[in-house]
Amino acid sequence: MSTTYALELKDVRKNFGKTEIIRGVNLAVEPGERVAVIGPNGAGKSTLFNLIRARFGPTSGDILLNGQRIQHKTPYEINRMGLARSFQITNIFPKLSVFENLRCAVLWSLGYKYTFFKFLSGLKDANERADQLLEMIRLDKKRDVLAVNLTYAEQRALEIGVTIAGGADVILLDEPTAGMSKSETSRFIHLIKEVTVGKTLLTVEHDMGVVFGLADKIAVVVYGEVIAFDTPEAVRANAKVQEAYLGSSVADSQAGGH
Amino acid sequence: MAAVYKFKPYNVGRWVIWSLFALVLLLAPLVFTSNLSTTMLAQMGIAIIACLSYNILLGQGGMLSFGHAVYTGLGSYLAIHALNAVSAGKWHIPVSLLPIVGGIAGMCFAVLLGWVTTRKSGTPFAMITLGVAELVFAMSLMFSEFFGGEAGVSGNRVAGEAFFGITFGPQIQVYYLIAAYTFVCVALMYAFTQTPLGRILNAVRDNPERVEFIGYNTQRVRYIAFIIAGFFAGIAGGLGALNFEIVTAEVVGAGRSGAYLLFTFLGGATFFFGPIIGAILMVIAFVLLSELTKAWLLYLGLIFLFMVMYAPGGIASLIMMNLRVAKFGKLRQIWTSYLGLGLTAFVMLAGAGAMIEMVYHLQLNSALGDTVKFMGATLNAKGLDSWFGCAFVMFTGLGLFELCRRQYMIEWGDIQTEIEKEIKRRETAV
Repeated sequence: MSTTYALELKDVRKNFGKTEIIRGVNLAVEPGERVAVIGPNGAGKSTLFNLIRARFGPTSGDILLNGQRIQHKTPYEINRMGLARSFQITNIFPKLSVFENLRCAVLWSLGYKYTFFKFLSGLKDANERADQLLEMIRLDKKRDVLAVNLTYAEQRALEIGVTIAGGADVILLDEPTAGMSKSETSRFIHLIKEVTVGKTLLTVEHDMGVVFGLADKIAVVVYGEVIAFDTPEAVRANAKVQEAYLGSSVADSQAGGH
Repeated sequence: MAAVYKFKPYNVGRWVIWSLFALVLLLAPLVFTSNLSTTMLAQMGIAIIACLSYNILLGQGGMLSFGHAVYTGLGSYLAIHALNAVSAGKWHIPVSLLPIVGGIAGMCFAVLLGWVTTRKSGTPFAMITLGVAELVFAMSLMFSEFFGGEAGVSGNRVAGEAFFGITFGPQIQVYYLIAAYTFVCVALMYAFTQTPLGRILNAVRDNPERVEFIGYNTQRVRYIAFIIAGFFAGIAGGLGALNFEIVTAEVVGAGRSGAYLLFTFLGGATFFFGPIIGAILMVIAFVLLSELTKAWLLYLGLIFLFMVMYAPGGIASLIMMNLRVAKFGKLRQIWTSYLGLGLTAFVMLAGAGAMIEMVYHLQLNSALGDTVKFMGATLNAKGLDSWFGCAFVMFTGLGLFELCRRQYMIEWGDIQTEIEKEIKRRETAV
């Protein structure tokens, strides 16, 4: 192998009982690429995501982060290796202030580990980094507000802030704009682009506006397989993708039709 | 409701508060001079350390432990055995350092037992602590060489060489030893809340799943916190051994563990100082209330019940909520309501209390006749008029209380919206 991919999936399979959900996925993401994973409902996008972030291990195949295998590792080990993720359902520390949320998230990467012989107020680098993050996600005015008291959009921003805080170079975003209004969404995409400059980004998203606004490349997952992995224009023109989407949207409308 | 954990950094307030705390510890026995009050003050110091150490688990780590007395209790046992070794001339450590022996013992047992306990969080954690507590209590009955059986282990704290004439014979000397330990331990435990581990512990309480995704092993965080809590619990236990000069199996019992939980909660687990209030109340309840009435456990249970239902943040959060109102200069608007609530609650509780006392009298003391003295009144426990009168007082109180409460809730709501508006206004002004 000549180049090391930021994230590489090699013939990854996952069975739940006898049902094969992921049927041999191959995906190689170059460092610095922004990749969006799309696909019809039930195609296995979420399962794929859960595999990468080690919620459960794959049945077979390899998942490599910067060339190192990460399957069967605990979430915190993967995080320390440089992969961070956000959650679809806002997942922050509700009873801590916005600033404390961010400061907690930078501690490990700055090497403070489990120390209890230092005062937080004396950790200059951690405090500066947290304040810097506050500005990046535009929550500097809410510094001392408890996370639980933020608006939904602000909580989503904090979610991103906590995700990028540790300085991981591969970022997984699980439906980052879920539940946001149109105007909030476009502002939010801008924010995500801004804070993830130079990082590898992998996102699952339903909103096609978000997908085409954010991604350099799009991976289309249908029935547990990647049927296309290319630039947005090429994917849009891809006949297999059109068929899959058209087919499934007809099926969806039949299933959901009243 | 702003649960502000820390005082603002570098403010003068912190120095004032800590100086005041030291001053209170120093002067308390000069104000309350009776033998009983010195004993109680000593116990309060011990209880403060114990409850604060418990709150590292409950309030700061979200770990509901039903077995904290294991660590205070085993600390007590090791300290009293060490004391006896000193008395026998086998060991040569000053008596004033014996609580540290207790602390190290508590810590070691936390290292050992906590390794099992902190594997899990939430309900499994609570159940494992309960199991461990039962295990240790059962062992205390089995190994009487160490635990002293029914009689317990006694010692004499006047041991070793006197240091500048301090023998720890008189209670007041023990009090000041306890006060010194209390001050240092409270300061250390507060300092802990301001460290990286202390903050990550809060994060583990709030959302363990997310903590794993910012690089931390939540099990490790809980385990280290548990060991630290065990250390301070052991110090409290060691001080208890010196204070009472006897350690019996009940110090590791479920009752003691329950008391730590109950009073830490009552004081307020969400604020650092909450358990201090709880600890003071604990000693008052155990020493005074138990003397005053046989029904004290019933009253305690009722208070706990009402606090869990209506003020889950404990007394500390009630104080902080009203401080917030005061800070915005609105306390004046509702103090009449508080007066009304207080008076009507008093009437209601007097009626209810009288009836409870009569029931207890009939059940326990009926051989002494039918009359019950209650708050200066003489009641006839078998007389219809007494019961009728008490019920009348209680229901009148209840009705008036409910009226006051409704009025109060409206006023409280209004004040909160006013404060919210004020905060918004200030935010936009900045």
